[in-house]
Amino acid sequence: MALPTYDEVIAKWDPVLGLEVHVELNTNSKMFCSCATEFGAAPNTQTCPVCLALPGALPVVNEKAIESTILIGLALNCKIAPYSRFARKNYFYPDMPKNFQISQYDEPICFDGYVDVEIETDEGTKQFRIEIERVHMEEDTGKSLHVGGATGRIHGADYSLLDYNRAGIPLVEIVTKIVPGTGKYAPEVAKAYVAELRDILRGLKVSDVKMEQGSLRCDANVSLKPIGSDVLGTRSETKNVNSLRSVERAIRGEMIRHAELLNEGKKVKQETRHFQEDTGLTRSGRSKEQAEDYRYFPDPDLVPVTPAAAWIEELRATLPERPSLRRKRIKEEWNVPDKEMEAMINADVLDIVEATVLLGADPTKARTWWLGEISRIANDQNVAIADLAITPADVAELVALVASGDLTDKLARQVVEGVIAGEGKPSEVVAKRGIKVVNDDGALMAAIEKVCAEQADTAEKVRGGHLPAAGALIGAVMKETKGQADAARVRELLLGHLGHAAN
Amino acid sequence: MSSLSRDDVAKLAGLARIEMTESELVELSSQFGMILDAVARVQEMDLSGVKATSHPQPLENIARPDVVLPSLSPEDALSGAPAQEESRFRVPQILGEAE
Repeated sequence: MALPTYDEVIAKWDPVLGLEVHVELNTNSKMFCSCATEFGAAPNTQTCPVCLALPGALPVVNEKAIESTILIGLALNCKIAPYSRFARKNYFYPDMPKNFQISQYDEPICFDGYVDVEIETDEGTKQFRIEIERVHMEEDTGKSLHVGGATGRIHGADYSLLDYNRAGIPLVEIVTKIVPGTGKYAPEVAKAYVAELRDILRGLKVSDVKMEQGSLRCDANVSLKPIGSDVLGTRSETKNVNSLRSVERAIRGEMIRHAELLNEGKKVKQETRHFQEDTGLTRSGRSKEQAEDYRYFPDPDLVPVTPAAAWIEELRATLPERPSLRRKRIKEEWNVPDKEMEAMINADVLDIVEATVLLGADPTKARTWWLGEISRIANDQNVAIADLAITPADVAELVALVASGDLTDKLARQVVEGVIAGEGKPSEVVAKRGIKVVNDDGALMAAIEKVCAEQADTAEKVRGGHLPAAGALIGAVMKETKGQADAARVRELLLGHLGHAAN
Repeated sequence: MSSLSRDDVAKLAGLARIEMTESELVELSSQFGMILDAVARVQEMDLSGVKATSHPQPLENIARPDVVLPSLSPEDALSGAPAQEESRFRVPQILGEAE
């Protein structure tokens, strides 16, 4: 039997989602010890007796991690537990040298929240409320490198190599309640939820939220039930979903896979599956261990966390504007067309454009620079815009230089290149490269006369009234002045020179 | 008297990664009964109003500031490892768990 199409799936089946998002906090030090948390450090250079689980070492909680987690809870409309504890989740796997992970079990620090997300559909904007079950604190695991075997995967590997730099980095897990009623929009709703979560976390400045580096990771639980039924189907949990697009693809793919099994009268197995970025399909992982197999119990090395109500209110007062509201405000204030707004969000330049505008740049100009020339260079160099050596202050200065007539747009692009190449601020690049608009009419006239002499035939045509021919001459003058002239002024002077004074 | 079946003990041993012989499994299944009974005596006491405790000291909110302190050198970190390679801990192939 052929795979059912997505339309066939949703005609018969109703998807139910559950999403678990893991966020690495951006604290300087680890969750329970003072080791650094730098991404990409040399292997095992950020470890100590605590995160290596050497005998006698004792964990102590990072207060910033608690604060960040409470902020996340508050931003997700959660209640904050006046009393919560850490628990040990026991399992044997070499990525956790203690043979347990410190997590939270029945006493999470935040619970009962929600996030509203909007998606654009053919039927207009639709809003969905995603209810949050819990937000809890835990620690990340080490990184395994599987040696031998065909693909570097565990299967067929001869042995594994462990780097514990990541072991013990603060991790916050955000778990939704089951999300029913999204119907055919399930994949898009899930993507919108993770995007909204990412924006909220970024706004809180508690995480780098880089899905490609694994500081934001999503596990997607999917099950299908017949439309109209109240009985939940068996779910699969897809891990390794490391981009927003993958969230959507993974859920769509799982819906189709489940429907195929169910249509053939087979059963969906409750298991962990791994998303394959290249194919968009999932493959079977380990079958799900039962919760009680982890033998959770309160960690006797750590004491309860009891945040004072006054402190929680202090933190609540510092919450930034909700990303969705901010986007609406910016769109109105700057008068941004829908398409451009979408482009800014997709290119992830909203923060940087806003910072540029706050430094006095015109919103449209600021947006054009970041989305245009600077995005292009970032693309060419295959780096994130934020990693280029150009700041909102640079772009604001550039916009001002163009506005004052000190630079043309074309020259400004050279300045952008210079700034990105590390030559300094725009004014410094201008000085170093000797870039300036030629508005010395004498120099321009000399160039015009030279060009008219060289292209005498063309000049004669223009003199005779064939104005379109002037384009070639203007181009030649611009070339002669190395693009530093103001084209409009060249045209004016040229036409004047050839007997067509500007009116 | 409480008792655990031989299979219960085998499951526990598996979770704890302890290899046990058949006779040890059988022997422990009766010993576990005694251990459970001994612990169960706590339930004979009136514990209403007594909060479950996970720490001997009545402490709360012990935390440290988010400050980085020096880590071990990779040489020290790996000095107790039975095997290492490329500054990483080398462990036997991982079976059964993930795939």
